[in-house]
Amino acid sequence: MFAAMSASDSDEELYNERTALVPSENPAVPSYIPDLDHSPTEDSHSKAVICLRTRPGGGGGLDQEAELEEEEEELSLKYGAKHVIMLFVPVTLCMVVVVTTIKSIGFYSEKTTQRITVCISKYRSIPGLFSASCIVREVFKTYNLAVDYLTVAMIIWNFGAVGMVCIHWKGPLQLQQAYLIVISALMALVFIKYLPEWSTWSILFLFTLPSCLAADLVAVLSPKGPLRMLVETAQERNEPIFPALIYSSAMMWTVTMANPSDAQHSDTGQPSHLRNVPFICSLVDDDDDDDNDDVSTGGVKLGLGDFIFYSVLVGKAAATGGDWNTTLACFVAILIGLCLTLLLLAIFKKALPALPISITFGLIFYFSTDFLVQPFMDSLANHQFYI
Amino acid sequence: MTAAVFFGCTFIAFGPAISLFLFTIAREPLRVIFLIAGAFFWLVSLLLASLVWFISVQISNKESASQQKGLLIFGVVLSVLLQETFRFAYYKLLKKANEGLLALSQEETMPISIRQLAYVSGLGFGFMSGAFSVVNILADSVGPGTVGIHGDSQHYFLSSAFMTMAIILLHMFWGVVFFDGCEKQRWLVVAAVVVSHLVVSCLTFQNPQYVSSLVPTYIIMFLMGVWAFYTAGGSLRNLKLCLTCKDKDLLLANHRAR
Repeated sequence: MFAAMSASDSDEELYNERTALVPSENPAVPSYIPDLDHSPTEDSHSKAVICLRTRPGGGGGLDQEAELEEEEEELSLKYGAKHVIMLFVPVTLCMVVVVTTIKSIGFYSEKTTQRITVCISKYRSIPGLFSASCIVREVFKTYNLAVDYLTVAMIIWNFGAVGMVCIHWKGPLQLQQAYLIVISALMALVFIKYLPEWSTWSILFLFTLPSCLAADLVAVLSPKGPLRMLVETAQERNEPIFPALIYSSAMMWTVTMANPSDAQHSDTGQPSHLRNVPFICSLVDDDDDDDNDDVSTGGVKLGLGDFIFYSVLVGKAAATGGDWNTTLACFVAILIGLCLTLLLLAIFKKALPALPISITFGLIFYFSTDFLVQPFMDSLANHQFYI
Repeated sequence: MTAAVFFGCTFIAFGPAISLFLFTIAREPLRVIFLIAGAFFWLVSLLLASLVWFISVQISNKESASQQKGLLIFGVVLSVLLQETFRFAYYKLLKKANEGLLALSQEETMPISIRQLAYVSGLGFGFMSGAFSVVNILADSVGPGTVGIHGDSQHYFLSSAFMTMAIILLHMFWGVVFFDGCEKQRWLVVAAVVVSHLVVSCLTFQNPQYVSSLVPTYIIMFLMGVWAFYTAGGSLRNLKLCLTCKDKDLLLANHRAR
């Protein structure tokens, strides 16, 4: 076998699993448990792809432990990267929903002086149903569809009922995630439409890095801080923390997990990780998750507040001026901010607020693209110059 | 105008790039992340170039059209140079990150090779560059209107779409060749990439004479493509093997019979 391989070594040295772009039909290694009895050359095969080694000696000279560590390190890198993507996809979807709605339904770009009080303390279903009915009405108006009240009521009622069941009780993970994305998008649209310009920007500026650090300190250190009281009350009453406020990429909140102290032990972070409920962003270690049998393990959790404010920023970029470059720039900036936050999460291994870095980047890129890049790109497009 | 032009131009401009993304990048989380990071780096380079251009416009004579055009040309050249500088900066960052990971894991193989990174970062640059060039034009093409009603060219949308496709693919080829040149310390290769980028951008100064700008751009794109293919380790032999489904390595990796 080695003789046959050496004849074409010069070509094959460039191809192995690392450099190949076309995926093999074996899936990547999510739950690989290395078997120490394997010899190093067999280990190379068990890396889920049969690859041709460049070194003729195979893995003979390698220490088994080093190889084990390398595989674990690789796994943790793939594992970490997978989580980043598991958050990129819903955040992107939420933003896409908001931007499409804003662009196609003119209602959301019009300024209004109406004051609508949204009952934020009752987070359960009222904002969702209200904004869902709004958006359904506007969709029908835009596309000139005549729909009777009964049909609309049926649609809204079903939407709301399935959502309640799915989020607060049991439901397929994808449906739950879809509902959380849709609810976040609707809330973002409500914010964009009904908050005056200056208050939206001031809220977003509140979430940038310096002010968030300050607020975080206050929230943590003050014994009467609102979030701490919220969390402690929930713990006293033995309630799980607001499943409707947290998006999880894996199903963590089920009926069986009623005891928050279990949740605390199953997290790698300290108990103080629960202190920032809307901003929670914590990496869950799947090893400790033994008490939940019907739960798929391993996932990152991101608060819905984060979804909402990312979408508000991108939606504002889409609504004002109708310029796609600004929207794209904000989108990329927010994703990079999220990536950096998750990187910091992996390094420090405790819960972090997910908003500051992303919103800071997003705001910087929004204003700079709007004022600097847009005139430049407009002039280039006028003359059809390409850079 | 309207839907036909919009969809046609979108698919022309982004078709190859999106298919490349779907087939080779979408399944691997690490590659997606590096793609988006590459897009971010391109964005930062554009920001700096726009800043310089904006300042220069503010202090110049806004009435003189020729001066404005001259400043725009200066802006284009500066932007190209900054893009390549940021490509180099991204290369340095990726090398450092890879070295850090290697040092941590004490093993000689990396989860993603520098060649894959070159491809992915080039495509990231290309996506962002193409998107910024053409997305507003595509958005305008949805609505009603008559192209070139004031005497301009009627092929504005189509030529923009083709130009964008060429630019995206070129960025990908440039990425591969550039990183390889940096790896092997062959600075002539790096200079050639920068010069070809400048040539392509300067060719667009001849728009709307599309024949003299698009045709040379496509020739350069094919040449760069061939260069990138050979740089990435391709050869006529394995191309033939691949096309006739006789490539043993590929078949082995996909667990099919030889």
